[in-house]
Formats: sequence, structure tokens, C-alpha cells
Amino acid sequence: MNSAIIKTLLRSGIISLWSALLFLPFKGLQAAGILFILLFLALLLITLTSRLSGHVVSRADIVQKQVAQLIPSNSLYLLLLVLPALTMPLFSRNYMLDVAVLSGIYIILALALNVVVGFTGLLNLGFVAYYAIGAYSFALLNTRLGLGFWSALPLSVVITTAAGFVFAAPALRLKGDYLALVTLGFGEIVRITLNNWDSFTKGPNGISGIDAPFFFGISLAPLSSFYYLVLFFVVLAVIVIRRVHASKIGRAWIALREDEIAASAMGIRSTQYKLYAVSFGAFWAGLAGCLFAAKMRFISPESFTFMESVLILSMVILGGLGSIAGVIVGAVILVALPEALRDIQMYRMLALGAGIVLLMIFRPQGLFRGSSASRS
Amino acid sequence: MFFQQIINGLTLGSVYALIALGYTMVYGILELINFAHGEIYMLGAYLGIIILGFFTAIGLTAYSLPLSLVITFMLTVLFCASYGFTMEKLAYKPLRQAPKLSLLISAIGVSIFLQNYVMITQGATDKVFPSVVGNAGFTFAATRVTYLQAAIISVSGLIMLLLHAFISRTKTGKAMRAVAQDKDMAALVGINTDNIISITFIIGSGLAAVAGMMVSAYYGLVNYSIGYSAGIKAFTAAVLGGIGNIPGAMFGGILLGLIESLGAAYISSEYKDAYAFIILIIILLVKPAGLLGKASEEKI
Repeated sequence: MNSAIIKTLLRSGIISLWSALLFLPFKGLQAAGILFILLFLALLLITLTSRLSGHVVSRADIVQKQVAQLIPSNSLYLLLLVLPALTMPLFSRNYMLDVAVLSGIYIILALALNVVVGFTGLLNLGFVAYYAIGAYSFALLNTRLGLGFWSALPLSVVITTAAGFVFAAPALRLKGDYLALVTLGFGEIVRITLNNWDSFTKGPNGISGIDAPFFFGISLAPLSSFYYLVLFFVVLAVIVIRRVHASKIGRAWIALREDEIAASAMGIRSTQYKLYAVSFGAFWAGLAGCLFAAKMRFISPESFTFMESVLILSMVILGGLGSIAGVIVGAVILVALPEALRDIQMYRMLALGAGIVLLMIFRPQGLFRGSSASRS
Repeated sequence: MFFQQIINGLTLGSVYALIALGYTMVYGILELINFAHGEIYMLGAYLGIIILGFFTAIGLTAYSLPLSLVITFMLTVLFCASYGFTMEKLAYKPLRQAPKLSLLISAIGVSIFLQNYVMITQGATDKVFPSVVGNAGFTFAATRVTYLQAAIISVSGLIMLLLHAFISRTKTGKAMRAVAQDKDMAALVGINTDNIISITFIIGSGLAAVAGMMVSAYYGLVNYSIGYSAGIKAFTAAVLGGIGNIPGAMFGGILLGLIESLGAAYISSEYKDAYAFIILIIILLVKPAGLLGKASEEKI
């Protein structure tokens, strides 16, 4: 028993000394010392309590199961969600609505990426490219050709889908990490091009003066009206993606994700169905881009960086790869939480980074497990 | 003009090669694109500035400049190697049995964390590297080579030779090659794979630290965001030479540096950063095994 205590002390001491040393050059001696003491005490506490309470992990598992049972699965619960969503503009301030609209746009984006990464298993690190293409097509069609919202929107979505198709056709020969890298390269090339093609995209200055949408003569510029527009598209996206997921195409995607060789042996044309997935994802990402451009009335390449791709991917992973409900929750959390934590804004990206690592280690399947995730 | 660009390209390329080695070694062993590797390079650049600044403050630089430079060099390498070691233990080792996607995403998380850690502790503005080396140099056949450029090229060359000797001659190097070939088999013949993986991260991070320090002296400015683009470029270099292939990474790095500086001079400097990505995409589509790599069949 005595040797165990000495061992614990020694172990905690070494770990905290090591951390303090790594911390030293960036924060100075004093901060490193404080870190050492705090970490040492925390480690001791953790070791002691875990020895007292036994298996912490299994207890966490039980809690997770209980939470999972509480998650609404039938339509009555759904109604409880829909009602506040519909009446939100009646009692919320503009700031809340702004966050809600942004959440809606990110929900569509995350759902779109979920089709590619979650359903089909094709990791995409440059998904922001489609978002950017959608937003820029919309902005250019609107400011240069004077097209209104309802004609620019379908055109931009078609352009984005076509871009998704054209790009994916050669890239899909690759698998796994390589595919992820090519998509990353694609995202960066799109951003660098938007940034440098001054004559067409106005470069880093961005495009301003994008018209607000109208609906039968009613301006949708006020946030409360724009909110309903976004809500409509979110609901549309959820319904359509759910239907496609349950269809033959959706099942083919899942089969490809689980085992491509086996799926091909069953007669699924892998390249064709992967192309469907990427184009379908690009379709919704383009739509989200249009909504973003119409909301902000101004876009610039700064909104479409690699970090944005990572953020969307984090939403999908946090919520749970392949789970539609999870992805929606993930998107709302990652949009709303930073807003709530505005006072400690500096630390939120730090927390996001650490959170991603912890999530991967402790709960790689995300908050919600995907409906037909691999059981192996 | 042309030879000037060749010298600039070689300087840049040897830095890319040093970083690319870290990528290629880790990929060879874990099949992980270590996204956070570029951040280690960035930490190296910052540490060089911080430690040299500390030595200036206590008067060591005034006492003996070469001595303080050598100690800075060693301390930076030591610190970055520790960061690499810790990173692997904390973020990658628990995921040894997890799907590769989880590992990659964890690496992205580490990268975001380190970037923001440096931004918070050191500020978002550029840091200036103390101009201790100056701009002196020599002119050779109408081409100006600064001493710094010459130092970067020769130090990188020397390190790469040493690494090559280490990998091909020593017992640890042999173990590293064995683990890269087949982790389970290597474990069966008594190689401690966890140790080998740690050593790989330590060496790779040390190389990145050298690169980071030399670049911050070369450009004179560092920023918390330099790791991302340097990392991607170095990864491109690794892929260009054939990922997992150590001479390939050296070759790919130098080739990429030359392409970038010649491209910036003769095609367009605005799209300088896009060349790496375009090359990356073309190489992956046309010859995914890289210029020096061997194609491998997927096992069923």
C-alpha cells in the first residue's frame, strides 16, 4: 500500500513536471510553476477518487444509455421540437435569430457533409469549396447579371453540383487519406483562386451589395422572415436526405462505406454511387452557400478557409457520423456554444482542438450513434 | 536570374525536405498523415526566437554569438522532440486500435490546439527573429548566395545524410524499417513497436524544429499560422517522392522548392501557394505511389 502511494506520487510528479517543462518557454517560469502545482494536485485527486469509486468508465456507459433512451424517436417528440422552431421569431431578439439562422445554414452544410463522410465514408477535408462555389455563384449571378434570389439559387446549386461532379470524377479513384488530401487541395485551390482572380471575384475585397431575397413581393431581408426561409430549407434538407438515405442509393452508400469490395461483388457500381454521394453533398453545400450569401449580403474568401472545413467536419463527428439527428445537434452546439462563450472567445478554438482529440479517444462515435453504423 | 531562383528554390526545398521526412517516417509506421507535424515546425520557429531572445536578455549573445546560437539550436530541437513525443503519447497512442479516420481527426485536433495555444501565449501578430546573422553573403557566377542560405542548404544536407546513415546502418534504424514494413511481425520478432514509434516522432519533430528555426532566421518573421501551409507543402513533397520513402521525401522536398521558386518567377507569384496543391492533386491522380515509391496492391 505504501509503495503504491509513493508510486502514485512519483507518477503524478513526473507527468506534471513534464507538462510544466513543455509549458515553460511559451508562458514563463511563474505560469509553469502554477501549472505544475495544479496538475500535480489534480492528478493525485483523480488517482485517489478513481481508486475509491472503482470503474468510472462503466458508470459513464450507463449514463450514456440512459441519455440515449431519452432522445425522442417518435413523431410526438418531434412536434415538441417543431413548435418552438416555428414560433421562435415571435419571442426572440434579433441576436438569437441571427445565431439561429447561422445554425440553420451550418445544419444544411453538416447534413451535406454527413452524406459524403457519414453515409459513404469518403473523408472530405475541403468541403468548404462547395460552400464557396455556391456562395460565389449566387453573388456573381446576382450582382453581375441581376438575377433575383429564386432564379440565382437554382442556377448556383446546379453549378455547385456540376463542380462537385467534375471534381469528384477523377478524384474518386483514390481512397482514404489520399482522397482526403486531394479534397483538401481542392478546397485550398478554390480559395486561392477566389482570392487572386481580382477581375472576376474582386479578390480579397469580396463581393458586396448582394440583394436580399423576395418572396412574392415580400422582402425576406428582416431576420424574422429570413429565419423562416432558412427553416424551410433545413426541413427540406432533412426530409430529402432521410428519404435518400432510406432508398436504394442510400443503402448502396452504406454498403460501400462498410466494405467496398464486398459491395462491388454484390453488384454495386462503386464509382457511380460515390459520384452520386459527392454531387448530392455538393448540391446541399451549394444551397447553404446561397443562403449564406443572401444573409450576409457580402462574401469574401476569408469565410471559406480550411478551418471552416474542419469546423463542419467537427459538427458531423461531434454529432455522430451517419446520424442525421446527431449532426443537427452537433451543428447547433458548435455554432451556439462559441456565441455563448463570447467572453472567453480566445480559448474556444483551443477548446475545440482539445475537444476533438478527447472525443476521438473517449467517444469516437459522437454523441449519437449512426443508425446503421458498423458493429464490428 | 535563373540561377538565383535555383538557389532560392534549393534553400526553400531543403527546408521542405526536412519537414517532409517527419511526415514520411510517421506515415511509414502508423499510416497517419500527422497534421500536427507542421505545428511542430511552427513551434520550432517560435522557440528559436524565444530562446535566442532569452539569451540576449541575459547577455549570452553579447558574450559569444556562436555559442548562444548552438545552444539555442540544441534546446529548440530538444523541446520540439519533447512536444512530438508527448503529442504521440497523448493523442495518437490511445487510438492505436481505432479506425484510421479517428487518428487523422485527432491529429487535426492537435494541430488546432497547438496553433491556438501559440496564438494565445505569443499573440496573433508576427514575431521578428533577431537579425543576428545579417544579410552578408558571397557572389558566385553572378548569383548572390547569403551565408544563411548556404548554411540552410548545407545543414539540411548534412542532417539528411546523417539520418540516412542512421536508418540504414544502426540497429534502431533497422527496427524502424521493420516496423514500417509490418508492425505485427516486428513485434513478434521482439521489437518494442511503441518505443520505435516514439523514436520516430522524436526524430521527425527534431528535424521539423531545425527547419522551423532556419526558416524563421531566413524570413525574419514568424506567425502562429505558418505551420499549416508549410505542413501541407512538406506533405506534398513527401507524396511527390513517394510517401513512406525516406530518400523520396528529400528528393520531393527539393523538387517542390525548385518548382515553387521557378514558378513564382516565371509563371505567377500570386498563385505560388497553389502550386503545391496542384502538384499534389496531379501526383495523386497520375502516380499515387510517388516518383520514387513502389505501387502497392490493396490486400483483401
